[in-house]
Amino acid sequence: MSDHNKHNEEQHGKKPGTKREMSRRQFLSYTLGGAGGFMAAGMMIPMLRFAVDPVLKPKAASDWIKVVEESKITNVPQSFTFQVHQVDGWYESDAELVAWISKDSSGKMFALNPTCKHLGCTVNWNDNPAYKDQYFCPCHGAHYTQDGKNLAVAPKPLDEYTLKVENGFVYVGQLHANTRV
Amino acid sequence: MFKNMYNWIDERLDITPMWRDVADHEVPEHVNPAHHFSAFVYCFGGLTFFITVIQILSGMFLTMYYTPDIINAYASVDYLQHKVAFGVIVRGMHHWGASLVIVMMFLHTLRVFFTGSYKAPREMNWVVGMLIFFVMLGLGFTGYLLPWDNKAYFATQVGIKIAASVPFIGQYIATLMQGGEIVGAQTLTRFFAIHVFFLPGVLLALLAGHFFMIRKQGISGPL
Repeated sequence: MSDHNKHNEEQHGKKPGTKREMSRRQFLSYTLGGAGGFMAAGMMIPMLRFAVDPVLKPKAASDWIKVVEESKITNVPQSFTFQVHQVDGWYESDAELVAWISKDSSGKMFALNPTCKHLGCTVNWNDNPAYKDQYFCPCHGAHYTQDGKNLAVAPKPLDEYTLKVENGFVYVGQLHANTRV
Repeated sequence: MFKNMYNWIDERLDITPMWRDVADHEVPEHVNPAHHFSAFVYCFGGLTFFITVIQILSGMFLTMYYTPDIINAYASVDYLQHKVAFGVIVRGMHHWGASLVIVMMFLHTLRVFFTGSYKAPREMNWVVGMLIFFVMLGLGFTGYLLPWDNKAYFATQVGIKIAASVPFIGQYIATLMQGGEIVGAQTLTRFFAIHVFFLPGVLLALLAGHFFMIRKQGISGPL
């Protein structure tokens, strides 16, 4: 189809009706189709960009949030709730999030997010007698070690919050993939 | 490539006669602006339909962000207009298109009136056209409330009060439109449902009838 253009220039001036020359009908359908397509695009592009906007919005980085005194943290994971200010389109709220914080054998603190990496239910520490001292998910039986290492069902270890200690308080920040296992 | 795809489908489903039947018909000389420029008045019906298509598309996209709830309606409109990319354009298309569709429809009605095109055998098409006119007014009225700002609220208040002035049944009409005793939460959801489901459904059915009749009967002759 597109080679009609090329041949048209070569054969310019020749009498019409030869097979390779662009016909008036073809020229008109290309111009009208092109103009129509341009106008339709002018109409559709704003609407499509409008619809895909959530994908293209930059992700907001989370601030450090004070959770609990440093002295409360033990070797056994405990759950602590904290509030994050959440902006969801036109709806702003203070969502309550949970972190399970404990110390490892070397005394280093770490905070895990209890969202199961299988399908997003909420895990609990030491919740099931069959999996003692483990995180257990009630939905499909995924379970994890204290470090968040996935032992069954779940494809990935539990996500981890960045954590810092300042003036005797534990702060959590950005959520990221587990770095301990 | 498109030609090959078309041919592949056409071989199996024989679609050419279908669209030929819809699209391939002569445009009489007296309605062709290329022959007589004054024939542009015959374009108003098509332009009304074109803007209606824009209204339907932009409206579909707007409902991705809009929420028909008295707490959030205004906030969601404010968000989609100012925070979402091209929101001001998409809402602008719907806002200005709403006025333009009434203008085009009015001009189309004038053309039909002054060319006498409503006369036999096209009386039914005139009636269907009038029904479309009132459905469009209904779409304008119900859509006006949805941003839930002061203008929307008081325009609806006034509109419903006018409807309430109908003798005997006025109060019932008002309650039915409001979905209660005041212009409030239930009015907004009700108007939203009417605006995006009921009236567009009726409109598409009426348009189908309008177009079927004009294809069947053809455009009326020259003056």
